[in-house]
Amino acid sequence: MRYGSSRFIIGFLAAPVLIYAIYVIAPYAQAFYIALTNWRGVNATPEFIGLENFRRLFGDGIFWKAVGHNALLLVLLPVLTLGIALFFAFLLNVGGKSGVSGIWGSKIYRVVFFFPQVLAIAIVAALFQQVFRPDSGGMINSVLPEPVGFLSDPDIALWSILGVLVWQAVGFYVVLFSAGMASIPKDLFEAAAIDGASRVSLFFRVTLPLLWDTIQVGWVYLGIAALDVFAIVWVMTAEHGGPDSSTTVMAAEIYRNAFHYFQFGYASAMGVVLFFFTVGFAALALRLSRRERVEF
Amino acid sequence: MAHTPLTRRELLRSAALAGILLPAAGALSACATPAGNTGAPTAPTAGAKSATNPLGIADDKPFEVVIFDGGLGDAYFTDIHQPLFKTKYPKIEIKHSATKEVAKTLQPRLAGGTPPEVIHNQGANAMDTGALVQDGQLFDLTTLLEAPSWDDPNVKVRDTILPSAIELGTYDGKYSVLTYTSGVWGIWYSKKQFDENGWQASPKTWDEFLALLETIKKSGKCAPFTYAGKHPFYVYETILTLAAKIGGIDVLKRIDNLEDGAWKAEPVKQAATAFAEIGAKYLMPGTAGLDHVQTQTAQNKGKVALLPCGVWLENEQKDSTPEGFDYAVFPLPDFSASDAMPYGTVHARPGEDFFVAAKSANPLAGVEFMRGMLSKEAAGKYVELVSTPSVVKGAAEGLQLKPGLTSANAMLSAAGDNTTYFRFRQWYLPMHDEVAAATGQLMNGRLTVEKWIERIEKKAADIKADSSVKKFTRT
Repeated sequence: MRYGSSRFIIGFLAAPVLIYAIYVIAPYAQAFYIALTNWRGVNATPEFIGLENFRRLFGDGIFWKAVGHNALLLVLLPVLTLGIALFFAFLLNVGGKSGVSGIWGSKIYRVVFFFPQVLAIAIVAALFQQVFRPDSGGMINSVLPEPVGFLSDPDIALWSILGVLVWQAVGFYVVLFSAGMASIPKDLFEAAAIDGASRVSLFFRVTLPLLWDTIQVGWVYLGIAALDVFAIVWVMTAEHGGPDSSTTVMAAEIYRNAFHYFQFGYASAMGVVLFFFTVGFAALALRLSRRERVEF
Repeated sequence: MAHTPLTRRELLRSAALAGILLPAAGALSACATPAGNTGAPTAPTAGAKSATNPLGIADDKPFEVVIFDGGLGDAYFTDIHQPLFKTKYPKIEIKHSATKEVAKTLQPRLAGGTPPEVIHNQGANAMDTGALVQDGQLFDLTTLLEAPSWDDPNVKVRDTILPSAIELGTYDGKYSVLTYTSGVWGIWYSKKQFDENGWQASPKTWDEFLALLETIKKSGKCAPFTYAGKHPFYVYETILTLAAKIGGIDVLKRIDNLEDGAWKAEPVKQAATAFAEIGAKYLMPGTAGLDHVQTQTAQNKGKVALLPCGVWLENEQKDSTPEGFDYAVFPLPDFSASDAMPYGTVHARPGEDFFVAAKSANPLAGVEFMRGMLSKEAAGKYVELVSTPSVVKGAAEGLQLKPGLTSANAMLSAAGDNTTYFRFRQWYLPMHDEVAAATGQLMNGRLTVEKWIERIEKKAADIKADSSVKKFTRT
């Protein structure tokens, strides 16, 4: 019987492991090798140049600017998204007068908040290009007295990107936290309400601690999203990460160097650096979020 | 309370997932890792040559053409070039496709050694010509130049096209890129709008130009000047043309050759300062955040009077141009009495790159196809279709052309030999991006001319020092 079951397991695992090895592991190994060459993508024999790409990378101001933007997003995207999503989820689920149900119309809001999640990212980017249009044709600028260059002013552009990212992500976390809140027994809220807890202390003393696990997961996901930002920046901004590199991110620089400049070796070196950043983030996330769980 | 390893494992898993997903862009390139050297391209074997088949191509061997779909789809291929070729070689099968993503579609095929014969390498997602040259992917088209022309066996192809097209198609001393159209740049306006307001187009001096901008501004009818804000190439092109006009073609040659201090030259500085002033005083509000189509449409709607652009403008805007708009174009005015080049000097540069892949199976058929493209019939029909001048001499003779193209043709012929161009955009794409980004900031007053020069000089020095990038020179 044991023999049969191991054959069963191997039978199921062989194909996925093989596919994984060919399409994930092997390209990885190759990317590390390509990073050590000056391959330009169209010839058959990359020339080995050692660590030259990495040496250049350390002096590449634009790449470090991109790293800085990713770091900023890594901090702000989770904080803002989780904060807003928690607030909305709280209102939708236990924010009502009684303390055990949502505010009026919560069912409609839940659908409305989730809406951005359903839209393809390219559509979101194209949509916000119009919203942010710098002349009176723009949705926001049509009501402002003085037009603001949301995407054309280098001091503002990155904040506009952050706004779009938050707008797009919040809906999903509202649903995630709503599910988390629904699994918290109602009597805990009722008990706290009977003891005279205000909505604020209800949120901070009951909801937040009991949701901690869900928030952790959300934080890791958003951290990944912040390091992985690409499509919104690439599609929405001028000069793909501009104006003047004011919104560029690591993924955009990798794409630009690989597919615009045909410097695949250099772009792979960036990919390798990004890989180590990601592993570093993951390790850090594990360290920081280690916390005991409340059982109920 | 209990410690739960499960959550930690979940976290670990998502972390591992992040590690896998993120450098995906880097990994993407890895999918295309070449397996090894496929060997030097073997010399194509030519069959029997004859007067009707001067290259001696096999009359039954198929070949493939990949067209960049720049809004026209493959119409000119199916309607003009293929039928023409088929009349001569009915048995040759031509496989064709059109794509907007030239690089993504073709780069793996070039790296894999199975490219199509003829490639229209154009558009925002075109392949870097410098990289292609570096890797020996371009078939030497000298064969094409030396072949008799399609129309007259006594005239070589070399003599039927503009010399600048041959110059610009030459990389490393080998003619290897066929540039099919002859682009020309200038400042565009609506003749109707100017006539109605009594504005005088075609200023002869810089002072007259500034006075025109001032008149338009004072009239309150529209903004005087704009450019494709999201693509500052359109305005750095104008700045460099003015610099060449002030200081002569050598100014641009030194820039293309990455000479130290080329951007510090006085003519470059004067031209940049002049346009920074226009940016500060006469720019349509919001320009920086609008793209070429948005600014061009603003002009169609009468919201702005002037914009610098290439000759394709009229065709690109044909759906949003109101009846009787009457596109017209004028060259840059004299900057001062001591300009090195006379009034009427224009930036003219052949464009629309086609090449034959050196490692394709049937390259000579591709060359023969190009010979057909350069026939008067094909070139003339193409001019009519895309409303852009051709590199084939006299292709537009006897054609009924739109007002903008007529105006551009007149400007081009008035310029005669006084044309300028620069090549670093094709040679060093990162340099183009830096000049564009810096110029966008210059026009919006966020960068001084000195800083602008400093930044671009630094980029030029970086590229010069980068051993992985092949260097080109022009003389």
